Order: sequence, then structure tokens, then C-alpha cells
Amino acid sequence: MKTIETIQEEIVEEFSLFEDWMQRYEYMIDLGKSLPLINEQYKTDTYVIKGCQSKVWVHAELKEDQLNFTADSEAIITKGIIAILIRVFSNQHPKDILTANTDFIDRIGLKEHLSPTRANGLVSMIKQIKMYAVAFQTQLN
Amino acid sequence: MFDVKQVRKDFPILSRSVNGQPLVYLDNAATSQTPKQVVEVISDYYYRYNANIHRGVHKLSQEATDAYEKARTTIQTHFNAAHPHEIIFTSGTTESINVIAAGYASILSKEDELLISALEHHSNIVPWQMLCEKTGATLKVIPMTKLGTLDMEAFENLLNPNTKLVFVNHVSNALGTINPIKEIIDKSHQKGAKVLIDGAQASPHIKTDVQALNIDYYVTSAHKLCGPTGVGMLYGKETLLKELPPYQGGGEMIASVTFEKTTYADLPHKFEAGTPNISGGIAFGAALDYMNKIDFEAIASYERELLIYATDALKKIDGLKIYGEASEKTAVISFNVGTIHPYDIGSILDQMGIAVRTGHHCAQPIMDFYNIPGTVRASFSFYNTFEEIDVLDKGIRKAILMLQ
Repeated sequence: MKTIETIQEEIVEEFSLFEDWMQRYEYMIDLGKSLPLINEQYKTDTYVIKGCQSKVWVHAELKEDQLNFTADSEAIITKGIIAILIRVFSNQHPKDILTANTDFIDRIGLKEHLSPTRANGLVSMIKQIKMYAVAFQTQLN
Repeated sequence: MFDVKQVRKDFPILSRSVNGQPLVYLDNAATSQTPKQVVEVISDYYYRYNANIHRGVHKLSQEATDAYEKARTTIQTHFNAAHPHEIIFTSGTTESINVIAAGYASILSKEDELLISALEHHSNIVPWQMLCEKTGATLKVIPMTKLGTLDMEAFENLLNPNTKLVFVNHVSNALGTINPIKEIIDKSHQKGAKVLIDGAQASPHIKTDVQALNIDYYVTSAHKLCGPTGVGMLYGKETLLKELPPYQGGGEMIASVTFEKTTYADLPHKFEAGTPNISGGIAFGAALDYMNKIDFEAIASYERELLIYATDALKKIDGLKIYGEASEKTAVISFNVGTIHPYDIGSILDQMGIAVRTGHHCAQPIMDFYNIPGTVRASFSFYNTFEEIDVLDKGIRKAILMLQ
């Protein structure tokens, strides 16, 4: 099992290979297509993340002591962004998710290539993932 | 003779780059860019004669008051209002609408009806919903057609002697449709209803004569027509504004104050409580001067060419659907491509230095009508070029290739 930190380092390295924004976006679009999709029954307002301009749904499930995330969005680039976050945070212990540093987002240059509204959406997504971790951590205690 | 190359020199911002590409600014319906001539008027005010207006005895205050009142006259002349005091300075279209809505709270009763169009911006829906909650009046909606025009037959059927106010935008912000306001005004007046025209999207493109059209209230914002943000206007016929109670209490709007009773000032000061956006008001006048110097006829005919050119180019893109196909529209193209989400196209265009708007454009009911989450909206101004439309065309094609 890779740690959150290791996965983050992998992503940072992958993104450093791209020479321009187009490659970066094409990669995110590809990631968006491979997103572990949320079960249709959870695509309701309860699971919508507020602060995103395109609709984003995220669902979390505890399997043994690890959190498993699925998601979906109307916009493919947004799906790519969630896919990156899910790759980092899925199959991790809630406690590790809670304490995880998220500065890898700045290091992969994601924020500067996102419009402000999208960047806010990114913050909301991370917040929501951490909220899930808080909720399930309490359950585990 | 209109010369876009010459005009662009007035807008330093147009020569900057974005994400390493020359900026192509096509979000003019959200806000227009500001020419040097207007920016200089603002700095000149702060460098030379910044002072509070109307109350001072000193020279600077007189100069500032004169400039502010001259701007009011410029606005009056531009819209052909009968009197300068029929022009009320506000913080913008939204506040102007709220002044009227707040005033009508004491005029309306339970039996009364308000009529708004399905093409409205949120700022022209919410204040009336609040007003209806407060007064018990009923809000009715003029439906729209698939082409993005108003259903005029339905409008006539909705009008009745209980209709007190009709609110329509002159031009729809989401689709660019130019509404037949003359017909709407005449028919509303026949039933005794007053009409408020939201000119925010029309005023940068069409010179409106409030007297010729017999408009009761007209509102717009300076930043849509080459002026600064945070300032706008409310026009109202003198008799109507006199009947309307003041919006906010404070300095400037009073004639005399004792603890027993305050007498309100005359128009326009009754609606201008507190220290206004002085430099903004002066710059609003300068912006109108600037646009009138270029000439609204020239602007309109050039923008029409841009719209035709852009529509032809974009229609050739496979799967691209344009929303809002009224025969009368301003230079706005609202579109989607297949099932691609508007945000995805907008984000990729941004990487190429092209500024468009994506989303519901604060007109969610219109998006619901078409059953779409939003659109990509490219809105053109007289300083845009045919070359920029070519860049947009290529940009959209590239985005589609990446996204499909």
C-alpha cells in the first residue's frame, strides 16, 4: 500500500514531464475518463460539492479501515481533477487523509492553470474529502 | 469613418497577453474594457479636484459638483430624458432595480400583478419575488420561444387591468435577443401598467431615447459601456419618481431634519443618500462622450458585421448549437458543442488567451428552458476584430479535438 505522500510525489513527477498546458490538459482529460464513477443513486444534491461551477458529486465508503471514494462531474476537466484527488486519497486510512498535506496541488501547477472559480472548486473538493475523513474517523474511534 | 485599429489604441489592456497568448477579450457582455480617455478622467479627478460634492463652499467642492452634475446632464442628453433630475445616480443596474422595487412595496396591494419576462437576469427576478412576498402581489412570467424571443401573444393575454408593472430587459444578457420594447410599452400603457426597461445589455449597443419610446423607468450600469464599475443610473419620469418613496435614509437626501420630522430633498437627491461614487459618475459621463464620439450608428453597424461573420464561422463547426436565434440581436453568441460541458470549452479557450463566459449567465430559467447546464458565451464589442473571431473559431475547434 502506497502512502499518500508517495502517490503525491508520483503525480508531481508525472506532471513535470509535460512541456506545455495542452499536454497537461490532455492528461487531465484522460484521467477524467478513468475516474471511478459514483453509483447513480448517489448523484443527488446530498452528495453535490458546493463551490464548484460544474456539478460534482463525491461519495465515500469505508472498507475495513480504508476510505474508498467515487465521484462524477458534468465537466471532463473537473473529472480529471477529482481523479487526481481520488488517486491520492482513496484506499487510505481516514486519519492519514486528515493529516495529509495538499501542497502537491501547487507543485503540479494545477492552480495556476485553473480559472479562479475552478480553483475554488478544487479547495471545496479537498475540504469535502477531508470532511468525509473526519466523519469516518469518528466512526472508527 | 470607423477604424478599429485606431479605436484599439484607446484600450491598453487589449494589447496584453494571457497565458502567453495575445488576449482575445470576448466577455464584453459581462463588462466592457475602459478606454484611456475614461481612465484619465478618473485620475484627473483624484489628482486635481477630489472633494465632497453639493455641500462645500470651497473651490474644489464646486469643481467636483460641477463635473458630477455635468455628467448627469451628459447622461440626460444621451438618453434624451426631459430633465437632468430624472437621472438618478446609483451603484449600478441592480441597485437601480432595487430602488424601484423598494418604492413599489408601499404602492402595491394584494390584487396587483407584476409581469416579468422569461429572458430576465437574476437581478431582474429576485427583487420582484421579494416584493411579491412582502406585498402579496402576484408575479407572472411572459414565456419565451425556442428562438429565444418573447411570446408576444402570451404577453398580451397576461396583461390585464391588475398589472401594475412590467419588467423587461431591452436585450437578453444570455442570448442577445433584442426585445420589442416599444410594443411592450404601448400595450402595457393601454392597460395602465408602468414599464421598467433593463438597459444593461442594450445601452452599449443601442442609443435609447426614453421619451420617444415613452419609457417609465430605465436602468443601466456604466461598466457595460466603457465606464467604471460601481456606478449606474436610474431614469424615471419626473411624475413617477416624485411619487416613489426614498430608498435609503441619510445625508444629501433631506431638505430639513428635526427629531420630529424630516422633509426629503427634491429629485434627484431624494434617491442619492450619502456621498456618491463621484469619480465614477463623472467617468460615466466621459464614457458616454467617448462612445458618442465614435458614434453609436457606426458601433452598431460594425458589431452587426462581427456578429454575422462570427455566426457564419461558428455554425460551420460540427455539433455546435447556437442558443438565441432571434432576427434582432446584439453581438452575442451563446452556444454549446454536442454534450461537451461549457466549462471545459471555456477553460481550454482561456489557456489560449480567449476570454469568454461560461455558465448560466445569471439567467438560470433560460438554461432550464433549454434543459442545459449553461452555455459558452462570446460577446463582442466595437473594439473586437474579425481576426479575433478567427482565433475563437480555431480555439473552439482545438478544444473540441482535445475534449472529444
